[in-house]
Amino acid sequence: MDINLTDIEKVKKFSKNLRKKILLMAYTAGSSAAHIGGALSIAEIMSVLYGALMNFKKNPKEIDARDRFILSKGHACLALYGSLNLKGMISDEELLTFEKKDSSLLGHPVISQEKGIEFSNGSLGMGLSLGIGTAIGFKKKNEIKRKVYVIIGDGECNEGSIWESAMAAPNFNLDNIVVILDKNNFQQTGTNNEIMRNDSLKSKWENFGWNCYEIDGHDVNQLLKVLKLNENNNKPKFVLANTIKGKGIDFTENDNKWHHTILTKSMYEEALKQLGDE
Amino acid sequence: MNKNFFKDSNLKTFSRIGSRATFGMASLELIKDYPNLNIITADVSTSAGLDKFKKNYPENYIDVGIAEQNMIGIATGLANEGFPVITTTFAPFQTMRCCEQIKVNLGYMKKNVTMVGLASGLVLGTLGYTHCCIEDIGVLRSIPNINIISPADCFETIKAVQSSLENKLSTYIRLTGGANNQQVYFKDYKFQIGKSILINKGKNVTIFANGTMVHESLIALKILKKKNINPTIINMHTIKPIDEKAILLACKNSKLIVTIEEHNVIGGLGSAVAEIISRQKKQVKQLFIGINDEYSKGGTYDDLKEKFGLNFKKIALKIRKSYEQL
Repeated sequence: MDINLTDIEKVKKFSKNLRKKILLMAYTAGSSAAHIGGALSIAEIMSVLYGALMNFKKNPKEIDARDRFILSKGHACLALYGSLNLKGMISDEELLTFEKKDSSLLGHPVISQEKGIEFSNGSLGMGLSLGIGTAIGFKKKNEIKRKVYVIIGDGECNEGSIWESAMAAPNFNLDNIVVILDKNNFQQTGTNNEIMRNDSLKSKWENFGWNCYEIDGHDVNQLLKVLKLNENNNKPKFVLANTIKGKGIDFTENDNKWHHTILTKSMYEEALKQLGDE
Repeated sequence: MNKNFFKDSNLKTFSRIGSRATFGMASLELIKDYPNLNIITADVSTSAGLDKFKKNYPENYIDVGIAEQNMIGIATGLANEGFPVITTTFAPFQTMRCCEQIKVNLGYMKKNVTMVGLASGLVLGTLGYTHCCIEDIGVLRSIPNINIISPADCFETIKAVQSSLENKLSTYIRLTGGANNQQVYFKDYKFQIGKSILINKGKNVTIFANGTMVHESLIALKILKKKNINPTIINMHTIKPIDEKAILLACKNSKLIVTIEEHNVIGGLGSAVAEIISRQKKQVKQLFIGINDEYSKGGTYDDLKEKFGLNFKKIALKIRKSYEQL
């Protein structure tokens, strides 16, 4: 599989900008606090999808032609809003309304197809089912090039409904759906191991009949490679992306305090410094 | 839909086979009007009368297995891609097992799915209260943007499905009664979501009923008439949006308002009607006939209707007593 070097550079630049947007929104939210750790952990995944892979154009006429992205772990919405801002779907001004009165940008995504938000998410375990319905719809309409991308969390895999949908996608031979698992090893109040052990997720999904891969979720090259791979075997794709919660800023990495918290001015400035200027 | 489908002989057949099988028969007609229709079930093709549909239209039939939460999610995804979608399974699983999916996907996001809840109420009384369903209306009524219909007979079931496919919002259609579902309507009539239908114009007492209780009320009427009570009977097929106008008129014209439903007296038709009455200056007494907030011991459909006073004899008696105490 050839990976274009400019693609890699483009995605890396996208992810750096995305982290800045995430921090800006978190800082703007002030005392409302924001889900920071789980947004930073998917920055590269989002950047690969929106910066290189997905067919996703700003033109409103393209709403029914674009690939569909579903953030099943909806609390990571800062990464979605940031990506949509970088794609020109959400303005800089609107980004600053995050979690403010009457804003459309709440702490969990609210459907707005004009803005690029395909569904409302936030109650965990529901996104993949929406993706399956969408993928079946694409097949029925004979739209063979369109794909559905769903990001789920490792904590989210505690939900039974995830496994209903994990069973169904291979049953319906949905080779047009891709699930990316953000395996950052934490959930709301502790590590996966402390709250609910979920070892060997890759083999669990393999046993359900998916094409499964395990990669470093911050390695753009690996992400592009595995997501571009076309297996041609009628199976859906599952990518276990090993990530670091809070990735990119030294004081947020692997510290679950950053699951949902306030980013103060001094911390915001320190974080920006660490990301470097562009 | 082809008018011939509603000819007398078919209406009699519907009544004999019951609402579930009628739904299955209607699906074979609906597909002609909606070639893109998707019917999704959770392993209940036979119970929903869909075996013929499944065989003849495999491309339009999806079985998700016994996984109702996934069913609503898949239905939403398909609806979002522009397909008309009907989901169906037994009422408790069609409403409560996947309640949050209904809230988020259909209520919050306003995606349009028609949900058909099979064998609601007490008809599965011998199977116990895991399968009876006396809570569905109450549970769904608190979710914005969902229509709720409880058809009076098999004919109205078809009308309800048709109307909900044309409606912008999602609709829950609650099927009550078994085989030999008594006929209320013998010829074609106008059905509109949210618009109740006058069945008998009487005086002093107004009955709001839905589902199988419309027919029970009609027989109760014969008994009551002998006692010189002639209630107005209204088929309140839509519980949400409730027909406020009809209730206001009843408040104006009646001394007693009666609600009759095969549902818990909490949260259903009785509550919906009371919510309107209580806002009026002139208060009218309301008699709630329904299941008195309990899970009883089991029994046949008739046993349970007798236990909860939901047959015509008990209905007539309760109304007479209440009327005499005015």
